[in-house]
Amino acid sequence: MISRLTTGAAALCLVLSALSATAYARDQIQIVGSSTVFPFSTAVAERFGQTSNFKTPVVESTGSGGGMKLFCAGLGEATPDITNASRRIKETEFKNCMANGVTPVEVKVGFDGIVLANSKSGPDIALTREQVFMALARQLPAADGALQPNPHKTWSDIDPALPNARIEVLGPPPTSGTRDAFVELVMEEACLAGVPQDNCAQIREDGAYIDAGENDNLIVQKLEANPAAIGVFGFSFLDQNADVLKGAVIDDVEPSFDNIAAGDYPVSRSLFFYIKKEHVGTIPGIQEYALEFTDEAAWGEDSYLSDKGLIPLPEDARTEFRKAVENLTPLAM
Amino acid sequence: MTNIAQSGIARTGPDGLSIHTSGDARKRLARRYAAERRFRRLGLGAVLLAMGFLLLLLSTVVGKAIPAFTYTYAVLPLDLAGDKINHDDPLRSNFDAIVKAAIAEALPFAAGRKQRRAARGLISSGAAVILRDMVADDRALIGAPRAIGLPVSDTLDLYFKQLTAPRRSREPQGSATPSATSDKIHIAVEDGVIGSDEQFGRDAPSHLVFINGGVVKITGADGEGLQGDVLVPLQSTVPAAQGDWRLVTINQAESARKISDREIAYAEILNGMGLIERRFNAIFFTRGASREPEMAGVWGAVVGSFFTMLVTLALSFPLGVASAVYLEEVAPKNRWTQLIEVNINNLAAVPSIVFGLLGLAVFLNFFGLPRSAPVAGGMVLALMTLPTIIIASRAALGAVPPSIREGALGIGASRMQTVFHHVLPLAMPGILTGTILGVARALGETAPLLMIGMVAFIVDIPGGALQPATVLPVQIYMWADFPEPGFQQKTAAAILVLLGFLVVMNAFAVVMRRRFERRW
Repeated sequence: MISRLTTGAAALCLVLSALSATAYARDQIQIVGSSTVFPFSTAVAERFGQTSNFKTPVVESTGSGGGMKLFCAGLGEATPDITNASRRIKETEFKNCMANGVTPVEVKVGFDGIVLANSKSGPDIALTREQVFMALARQLPAADGALQPNPHKTWSDIDPALPNARIEVLGPPPTSGTRDAFVELVMEEACLAGVPQDNCAQIREDGAYIDAGENDNLIVQKLEANPAAIGVFGFSFLDQNADVLKGAVIDDVEPSFDNIAAGDYPVSRSLFFYIKKEHVGTIPGIQEYALEFTDEAAWGEDSYLSDKGLIPLPEDARTEFRKAVENLTPLAM
Repeated sequence: MTNIAQSGIARTGPDGLSIHTSGDARKRLARRYAAERRFRRLGLGAVLLAMGFLLLLLSTVVGKAIPAFTYTYAVLPLDLAGDKINHDDPLRSNFDAIVKAAIAEALPFAAGRKQRRAARGLISSGAAVILRDMVADDRALIGAPRAIGLPVSDTLDLYFKQLTAPRRSREPQGSATPSATSDKIHIAVEDGVIGSDEQFGRDAPSHLVFINGGVVKITGADGEGLQGDVLVPLQSTVPAAQGDWRLVTINQAESARKISDREIAYAEILNGMGLIERRFNAIFFTRGASREPEMAGVWGAVVGSFFTMLVTLALSFPLGVASAVYLEEVAPKNRWTQLIEVNINNLAAVPSIVFGLLGLAVFLNFFGLPRSAPVAGGMVLALMTLPTIIIASRAALGAVPPSIREGALGIGASRMQTVFHHVLPLAMPGILTGTILGVARALGETAPLLMIGMVAFIVDIPGGALQPATVLPVQIYMWADFPEPGFQQKTAAAILVLLGFLVVMNAFAVVMRRRFERRW
C-alpha cells in the first residue's frame, strides 16, 4: 500500500516536472497594472472573450507602478502585453522601457474622480481643497510660522461655518493608487504656504485619518454604520452605492458624472493603458482587444464601461486615441 | 461534601477538633471548592464564547450567502428557428437579437428608445452568452420556438429578493377612474389616498399605481385625484373597483437606487404574466469569473484550487515524509542535522508572502514557468507546506514505540524494511494530520500567489495545471472588492464553497487516517 502510494506520488512528480519543462506558447493576452483601471479592463476582457475567437485575457491588478515595472522588463512570453495605469507613464519608466526594447503605445481611456462621501443620513458636506488639507495634513504652520502638529480636532476648528463634528476620514492606505492621486490632487495642490514642499504629502497619523484598507466596499460599509465619518474612494463606488452615500461638494463642484467628464470637478485624474507594440502579431489578439476597448460601445458616452463608472473622454480625444490603436503609434516623450 | 468530619480517618487536633473540621479548615476547603468551580465555569465560558463567535460568524456568512444560491430568471419565448439563426453554424447566430426580439414581444408597449433600453436592461447582458452556451451543449434546441429561462439583471434580481428598493403595496379605499390609457393622465380616486403635502419627483419616494393592466407613476395629488405619467399603457379607462387596483410606494427616491420606476413597472408586468421564476443558481456553480454579478461563477476558482492543491500535495507530501524519515530514522545526530532542524523550524514561521517572492524569483524568472499557472502556485504553496509536514511527520515517527523497531530488527528486517513496513504505517495517522493542517493553510492562502500572478481576473475555466487559473480565496477577495452590490452575496456564497472544499479535503484525510490507524 505504502510503496504503491509513494511510487504513485513520485510518478506524479515526474509528470509534473515534465509538463513544466515543455516549452509552451502563450495564446492568451496578459494584462497587468492599476487597480483603478482593473474593473474596466476586466469588463472589456470578458466582453472580448465572449465576442471574439480569442481567449479571454488574464487581467492582474498590480498597481500602476508595479505594472509598469513588469511591462518594461523586456520582451517575450514571460512579460505582460498590456499595462493599465491610473497616471501617465513617467519619463524614467519610459526610458527603462526603451532600454529593454519595449515600445509602448499610449491609450488614454477616460477619467476617474476621487470623491469624499458620507452616509445619506449624515449632513451635506461642502469643502474646499484647502479645508481638506487643513483637516488632514500632518503639520500646519502656527501663528508664528513654525510648523506644529495639526491642531484641528473638529471641522469647525478649521472654519466656524463647518459643522462642529470630529474630523474622521476613512481612506485608502499609502500603498494604494487612489491615495497617491488624492495626495497629488488635493494635498499637494492645496498645500499651505509655510509648509515645506516635502511635507505637503504627509497625512496626519493621530487618528483623524484612518487607513481603511484597500477594500473600498469596507469603507462604504463603515460609512453606512457611522454617519459622522467621511470616506475617500473612487467615483465608481459612489456611483454604485448612491442609495446609501452622498458625495461631498469640493470647491463648489458636485462629484457627478457630468462634472467629472467636463473636467470641472477638481479631484479627477486620467486613466491609461499601454500596449507593447513588439508583442502585436506574436501574441494573438492584442490589437483586437485594444480596438474593443476603444470601441464606442465600450468607452463612449452611453457604453457598458460608463455603466461601470468610467467617465468617458471628450469625443475628439476618443477619435485621436482610437487612431493611435489602429496605427499602433509609438509613444514619444 | 462537608461530611469529612464524620469519616473515621479524620485526625484530631490539640483542641479536640479534627484539623479537617475546624472553622479555618472549612473555610479553606470552601475556598478550594469555589476555586475549582470558578475554573470550571471559566473553562465552560471560554468554550461557549468561542462557540458563540463561531455561530455568529457562520450565521452571518450563511445568512448573506443564501440569496446567492437562487437566482431570478425570466422565461421568455425565444424564436430559435427564424432568420436570426445561422443554420450552417448555429453558434454564430445573432443571439443578442433573439433575446432583444423576445423582450420586445413580451413588452410590446416599450417602443421608444428610452423604453427599449429599460426593457433590455431587465435581462442580463450575458443572456446571449448563456443562450449560445446552451445551444453549444444541445444543438437540438435550434429549430423551434422555445420558452427558455434567461437570468435577469443583477439589480432586478436584488429587487425581487427584496434586497433593494424597499416597497409597500396596498389597496386603497374606493374605486379609481383613469382619464386615459397613455401619456399624462388623471386618476379620480377618493380623497386621502396620497396626502397632498407629499413630495414628488426623482428625489422623493415613488408611488406607482397598478390599474387596468397598466402602471402609472404618480407625479402629483390634489383634492380630485392623482396625476401621473403612464409607464405601461392601461387596457381601458373603466373604473377599477376597490381591490382591483393597488398603490405601490417605494420609499427610496428614484435617484438613490439602481433600478428605475420604469424598470420596476416592466418587471412587475412580466411578473404578473407569470414569466418570472426563482431558480437554483446553476450559473454560480458552473461558470468562471465575470464582471457581471449574474454571470459570475465559482467553478473556475474551484478547478484552479483543485489543480493547485494537487500540485502542492504531490510535491510536499512525498518530499516532506521522505525528509522526516531521513532526519528521524537515518541521519546521524550531529551539528549539520541540528542546523537543518533549526532551519526547518524557522521556515515554518516565515510569513507566506516571502515564499511568493521566492516563487517569482526562482520558478518564474529562473525556471521560466508560466505566470498565473497552478503549477507555479502549487510549487510555492508546497514550499510553504513542507516545514509543517516535516515537523508533524517527525513527531509522529518519534512517537512510534522503540519496541516496534527493535522487534522488527530482531526478526531480521533490514533498516529499510523496518521503516517502511512497520514504523511508517504506524506513524501515518499523525503524518496525515500534519499534512491536512499544512494543506488547509495552503488552501486559504492568497499572499504568496499575488507575486506569481494568480491574483487575477480569469474568465476561462482552466483545463490543466499549466493554464492560467485563480483559487477560491483569491476569488473571494476579488468579489469583496467589486463595487456592484450583487457581488456581496456571491462573496459570502464563495466562502461557503471554500469551507465545503475544506470539509471534503479533511473528510478524505480522516478516512485515510482511519484506514491506517492502529493501536498498541
